[in-house]
Amino acid sequence: MKKLYHFHGGIHPPSNKAQSTQLDIARTPLPSKLIVPLHQHAGETAKPVVHAGEHVLKGQLIGMPDGFVSSAVHAPTSGSISAIDMQLIAHPSGLPNLCATLIPDGKDEWVERKPIANYRSHSTAELQQLLRMAGVVGLGGAAFPSDIKLRTGKQKITTLILNGAECEPYITCDDMLMRERAAEVVQGAEMLRFMLDADHVLYGVEDNKPEAISALQQAITASVPILQQNKRHEVVAIPTIYPGGSAKQLIRVLTGLEVPSGKLPTEIGVQCFNVATACSVYRALAHGEPLLSRIVTITGNVRQARNYEALIGTPIGELVELSCTLPDTNGYIMGGPMMGFSLPAVHVPMVKATNCIIAASEHLFPPPPPVMPCIRCTRCVEVCPADLQPQDLYWFAQSREFGRAQAFSLFDCIECGACSYVCPSHIPLVQFYRFAKSEIRAREHDKQLADQARERHEYHEQRIEREKQEKSEKLKAKEKAAQTAKLACSQPLTSQQQAEQAGLEASRAHIRELAQSSVEHAKD
Amino acid sequence: MLFSPLISKPEGVSAIMLKVLLALLPGIALYVWYFGPAILVSITLASITALGTEALMLRLRNRPVAPFLKDNSALLTAWLLALSIPPLAPWWLVVVGTAFAIAIAKHLYGGLGNNLFNPAMVGYAVLIISFPAQMTQWIAPQGLVLAELSFTQQLDYIFLGMLPQGLTMDAITMATPLDTLKTHLHLEETVQQIFHMSIYGQIGGHGSEMVAWGFLFGGLYLLASRIISWHIPVAYLGSLFIIAWIFHMADPAHFVAPLFHWFSGAAILGAFFILTDPVSSPTTNRGRLIFAAGAALLTFLIRVFGGFPDGVAFATLLMNICVPLIVLYTQPKVFGKKAKS
Repeated sequence: MKKLYHFHGGIHPPSNKAQSTQLDIARTPLPSKLIVPLHQHAGETAKPVVHAGEHVLKGQLIGMPDGFVSSAVHAPTSGSISAIDMQLIAHPSGLPNLCATLIPDGKDEWVERKPIANYRSHSTAELQQLLRMAGVVGLGGAAFPSDIKLRTGKQKITTLILNGAECEPYITCDDMLMRERAAEVVQGAEMLRFMLDADHVLYGVEDNKPEAISALQQAITASVPILQQNKRHEVVAIPTIYPGGSAKQLIRVLTGLEVPSGKLPTEIGVQCFNVATACSVYRALAHGEPLLSRIVTITGNVRQARNYEALIGTPIGELVELSCTLPDTNGYIMGGPMMGFSLPAVHVPMVKATNCIIAASEHLFPPPPPVMPCIRCTRCVEVCPADLQPQDLYWFAQSREFGRAQAFSLFDCIECGACSYVCPSHIPLVQFYRFAKSEIRAREHDKQLADQARERHEYHEQRIEREKQEKSEKLKAKEKAAQTAKLACSQPLTSQQQAEQAGLEASRAHIRELAQSSVEHAKD
Repeated sequence: MLFSPLISKPEGVSAIMLKVLLALLPGIALYVWYFGPAILVSITLASITALGTEALMLRLRNRPVAPFLKDNSALLTAWLLALSIPPLAPWWLVVVGTAFAIAIAKHLYGGLGNNLFNPAMVGYAVLIISFPAQMTQWIAPQGLVLAELSFTQQLDYIFLGMLPQGLTMDAITMATPLDTLKTHLHLEETVQQIFHMSIYGQIGGHGSEMVAWGFLFGGLYLLASRIISWHIPVAYLGSLFIIAWIFHMADPAHFVAPLFHWFSGAAILGAFFILTDPVSSPTTNRGRLIFAAGAALLTFLIRVFGGFPDGVAFATLLMNICVPLIVLYTQPKVFGKKAKS
């Protein structure tokens, strides 16, 4: 048994996972249309490379990565692009973003795929570029481009962690993926390990997923021929506790190491990928398939909760209908009940980050009781996985003492919501932290702008000053030139004149000396 | 629009306060057993006054009355104060103390969650300074004095100030075990001689030690149900024990054994119910240890060398003042900011 470590705090909310693990993963039928956002990943929006009216094939590039942190976007099926315009997307802001709308032609016709026979014969840089162009991003929720996470520079990576913890209630997409596609996960993990040159691979899976754990173990045993010797793959059952799937907490549990505040896991020789990401890495390299679909859990207030493999861009309304939402549904949550957010509308498309859609109802998520004052009971402190003092941060946020909030490590808050979950005063603590963070960011942005403006202004002033100086120097130089010219014209000094001038100079110096001493005398 | 997290634990402030009230019941039951039902009258009086004052102050402060009345926090203040003052005191004593605690110590500081001082202890401090005579009329345990009042006679005294013909207060009340000890030590008696008096029981005062057991039982329930953490009770009782033990070992004739300090006065009540008030105690665990140790030292000093019959209330209030500073200097290390392992 591997020695496990603890992180501080954590909670045990009802898991509600059984509902959606009764049936296997189902493929969704082709939707009537696909709305593919060009910004589904952390970083810069992909640049559209198709135009309205164009016919595209399945897997054809429609958005080119634009900038260092960016990723490619592809047509999930064959059909025609009907529009490239601003559409409402699945984002808590409810703001529209650039999307390509695709009307499927029903043929699901693939573009030419270029699978890689032996990835070990390719350079890491080449493979990273392939992943970038295959639109592979983190499928755990943050959708961070995977190729960037593989660029670890000179930092030696000892441990690659595959995150299959899936600690949020309701969500089971990773569980089902590990159960059904463990072999692909393991092969993808080995590819990631190869690219990172990591020494070993740990799969962190919460112990409430025994099927997934044994599936992975079997897959590892079966994959021994393709794995490198001395590069161990090991499945570790970790205690079920929320937020055990948060990267920093998972690293702590598996390795006992803490990622330093504000730093990346690579700093301590660890890199972390979601199991579904590993699967898409495998599909991208071994089959040449870009990331076109993902597994999403449809659960909550539905007749039959289930996991679906759905195309990116599928309108969520069409997706949830497959599970038959019940009539008293009053909204949809993307993500889990702890960290998810309310969808602005049901017709928004699912994206690479969509791991779960929960149909909400008053019965499932009753409106919170009235908020009471904080009584400093510190139940929030007891559960905070970042060892923060949530009650103090709340106080600073509500009194807008942002400086003190920062001094009390506001930005180490991972917004897991454990504090809000246990608060007996039902204070929406996380909302306060989000508010304080966004205020601080806005102020820093303003300050940056102001600094830039001031710098520009100062530079401008300096330039004027310099020009003035240069002008006056030129003038002086001219005058001097004129004077020397004059002098040159006049007679040279006689020796007597020179002696006179020297005498005059000496007496002047004497007077200066006298004046100086009298001043000093006065001072005394 | 729904905001995450969408789920929460059902236990609210009022449920927590209710559990604390329940935890007081064993002690109260033993109180009634040994000292008669007068304590129930003062608890009732204090409760009514607390709720009335709370409602009035909420109304004056333009706050919603109903949700705050239901939070049970005013009731808890009322009960703790009623348990700290002599049950056979005139009715207005309880009323004045409770009203002061709720109106001044709680609401003028901003209401629930904002009071710097423990309201019940502020109420106690005001009473003992303003009405020292009434505050020392402790009812004697049953069976220790010749004259005992029936319940109706007690009511007559509490509400009308009338005693049965021929009886004086001195015949039915006694000084507390702590007070008696202090007085007799001043008379150059030794601890051993003093403890022969009938007022003393096995480890503390006769009767009152059993009430302390009741509060200890309730306190253990609070610990078990995680309403309070162990830090304050353990650090308080532990420090009190160690300090008292050092003095006792040095001079057993003049300093009582440490367990006497535990089981007399309000030490147990303070350790589990008063010092643990979340609002007025530190939020950090290390801070709680310092806070409770400081309170133990002050309790001991006031009891042994001070002029008041017990030291728990003033120790609590004095340590309440230090809380912001203690919290500031005992901040735990944040995840990822710990010393490199």
